[in-house]
Amino acid sequence: MHPILKLVSQRLALGLLLLLAASALIFVGTQILPGDVAASILGQSATPEALANLRAELGLNEPALSRYFSWLGSAVTGDLGTALTNGQDIATSMGKRLGNTLFLAFWAAVVSVPLAIFLGLLAVRYKDRWPDKLISAVTLTSISIPEFLIGYVLMYFIGVKLGWAPSVAMINDSMSLGEKLAAIALPVTVLTLVVLAHMMRMTRAAILNVMQSAYIETAELKGLSSFQVISRHAFPNAIAPIVNVVMLNLAYLVVGVVVVEVVFVYPGMGQYLVDHVAKRDVPVVQACGLVFAAVYILLNMVADIVSILANPRLRHPK
Amino acid sequence: MQDQLDYLAKRASAGKLSRRDFMGKASALGVSAAAASTMFATAAQAMTPKKGGDLKIGSTGGESTNSLDPATYASQVPYHNGRQFGDTLVEVSPTGEIEPRLATSVESTPDAKTWMFKLRQGVEFHNGKTMTGDDVLKTMERHSNEDSKSGALGVMRNIESMKVEGDTFSVTLKDANADLPYLMSDYHLIIQPNGGMDNPAEGVGTGPYKMEVDEPGVRHMYTKHANYWGDDGHFDSVEILAINDATARTAALQSGQVHLINRLEPKIAGLLSRAPGVQVQSTPGRGHYVFIMHTNTAPFDSKELRLALKYAINREEMVEKILRGYGSVGNDMPINAAYPLFDGSIEQRMYDVDKAKEHYAKSGHDGSPIILRTADGAFPGAVDAAQLFQQSAQAAGIPLEIKREPNDGYWSEVWNKQPFCASYWGGRPVQDQMYSTAYLSSADWNDTKFNNPEFDAKLLAAKAELDGEKRKALYSEMGQLVREEGGLICPMFNDFIDGVSDKLVGWEVDPNGELMNGQVTRKLSFA
Repeated sequence: MHPILKLVSQRLALGLLLLLAASALIFVGTQILPGDVAASILGQSATPEALANLRAELGLNEPALSRYFSWLGSAVTGDLGTALTNGQDIATSMGKRLGNTLFLAFWAAVVSVPLAIFLGLLAVRYKDRWPDKLISAVTLTSISIPEFLIGYVLMYFIGVKLGWAPSVAMINDSMSLGEKLAAIALPVTVLTLVVLAHMMRMTRAAILNVMQSAYIETAELKGLSSFQVISRHAFPNAIAPIVNVVMLNLAYLVVGVVVVEVVFVYPGMGQYLVDHVAKRDVPVVQACGLVFAAVYILLNMVADIVSILANPRLRHPK
Repeated sequence: MQDQLDYLAKRASAGKLSRRDFMGKASALGVSAAAASTMFATAAQAMTPKKGGDLKIGSTGGESTNSLDPATYASQVPYHNGRQFGDTLVEVSPTGEIEPRLATSVESTPDAKTWMFKLRQGVEFHNGKTMTGDDVLKTMERHSNEDSKSGALGVMRNIESMKVEGDTFSVTLKDANADLPYLMSDYHLIIQPNGGMDNPAEGVGTGPYKMEVDEPGVRHMYTKHANYWGDDGHFDSVEILAINDATARTAALQSGQVHLINRLEPKIAGLLSRAPGVQVQSTPGRGHYVFIMHTNTAPFDSKELRLALKYAINREEMVEKILRGYGSVGNDMPINAAYPLFDGSIEQRMYDVDKAKEHYAKSGHDGSPIILRTADGAFPGAVDAAQLFQQSAQAAGIPLEIKREPNDGYWSEVWNKQPFCASYWGGRPVQDQMYSTAYLSSADWNDTKFNNPEFDAKLLAAKAELDGEKRKALYSEMGQLVREEGGLICPMFNDFIDGVSDKLVGWEVDPNGELMNGQVTRKLSFA
């Protein structure tokens, strides 16, 4: 077997194993949440009989292990069950929210990843001169301010005072792509500011590391311009750590944007999860946990595989 | 008098008051006939509502777990949803009278045990069917049967039997209740086709707006129902956006993305009232913030200790610092002037260090810290209020220890379980309902474990009393019993604070609920 295929399949298997472990953790986590599911559904006026009926109906009297496997079994076949609180099909209602979250993450990535890499290259080109210092200072400042604060500040100045963009980012199906993009302008800006510094700094560090190599010196001696040296010779060899940090940030854009979603009232997964945790709607919480875990593991796996593929020693084995 | 005149003028302009009635009522207020006539003409002309436009409301209290089933309504967005697509049999007017809706008139037998609602004819549901007596009966059955999870179950428990004859729906009660029409105005009791037995969450009713989009926790969109029976409801469409974050809600109003918002935070309200293009409407309501003690649990089983704590709280300071003036002081009973039949002559309890010390000494409490549980979610500013309480009690030598609880699970683990905690009440349309819900010894939500046979007897007597004066006297005695003996420390009644765009006209003060008792989409219009 080709070593790359072997490595990739190993990674895939490991990813699945990780997901399985995550599912067990999620299940255990939701079991030890304080408060009884049946009691929280029925509320204060629950009678003992109604509680007993509901517990039987929900299968809460079964041992935890068999409940775990039956849940896992149906989740694997795509059946996530129905929400306890409003009886809606979880896969349908979550699919919509997940779509929104991915939409926001996608556009934030489209803006932030090229920008971060470009700024990183620029910083290397002007290393230790004012553009480098300015870029570092600005991005480090923006990552140091809590995202909700950036959100509120932008909302106040750009949304309320200047009126350039809507202050709440509510999108729905009847809007055109242009309207949707206008609606998410502010959250995309906030997310970009939050993830920019990390990716930019990593790009800068990785390329600077490569710049110490002998072949860079050769390239310089060949008479290439410094930007060409960076983009043609240094960047391809620094791609592995850069992809790693980009993927980590993409994962953040999907699973970590709860705060930004709440601030801008964006109808994504974050708010959906929070609502259901508050109501002890365990099937939904479990499903959300599983989806978040899968996204996280998937993106990290992609990062691993890309860095493997980027390594010529692995691509061209002797 | 000016308030009353303004109110009459608004009623006249909304078409709710005929010229003749207006003249009569205005002259009763001492206005000359000529002046009254001019006023009527101005009011009617100036405020003929303009039709059309798309109204957007930003509301807190919307979760992705919400359903359109009226039985499940427990927060603001579902409440406003019901107001759009649904109608109740009767509604409570801003001045506290019963107004006809799907019932055109209400009558009772002299013993207040059987009530007859004459149903409006030719009312069409959004699915094209005509409303019948059977739909009404089925609705009430769904909310009152044994396994109902309806929020209105409490008010339906007293019903013995219901029946429909011709166009009259009649209700027979186990115990007489002079306030039954008020109970039937409960916002959960929306008349649905076949009572909602088939599909309770389909969002079909007889209201002015027809449901188009239902995305729980995100938005709900309605368009004007062409065959609506009433003459109110002036907008082409209404959209309710769930904006739970107070800052985002305020920003949305200021940037013109929405026209109305509810639950303005008191500390923001003062600033917002100076902003251009928006108005802050503060409405005294019946909601109140409370600290509740279980009267059956030591040390709160001592009346002296309860009185000591009641004298040890500084109500004026709380209204000023927690409500920033958007509210009024409480008097350790759940009733204020916003209720019909309120007795304003009951003495106001004040912060009194000496009396607090005296009662505390008499209680013989051992001086160990008294644990007061609170959480941010108990009411806005509950943690700060508990700290103010701790300081004012400290001055009287009463040691309070604040235990801060997580918001999550507060209503299931702390409220109604722990002997001393912070909480809030939304108020009810009438005194009877408030007392029956939370102070009758057998009530589920008797969160002070108040058990006073004399009080219970008076409550039952007042229910059957159709004579207003006698009922008022009974309610006054009951209020004083709760104030003296009860486990309720009520420092303040909070106002409803709503934000309204200048583009809207027709606002009126309605103490029954936020956003004009949810009637904004019916009564307001674009200027």
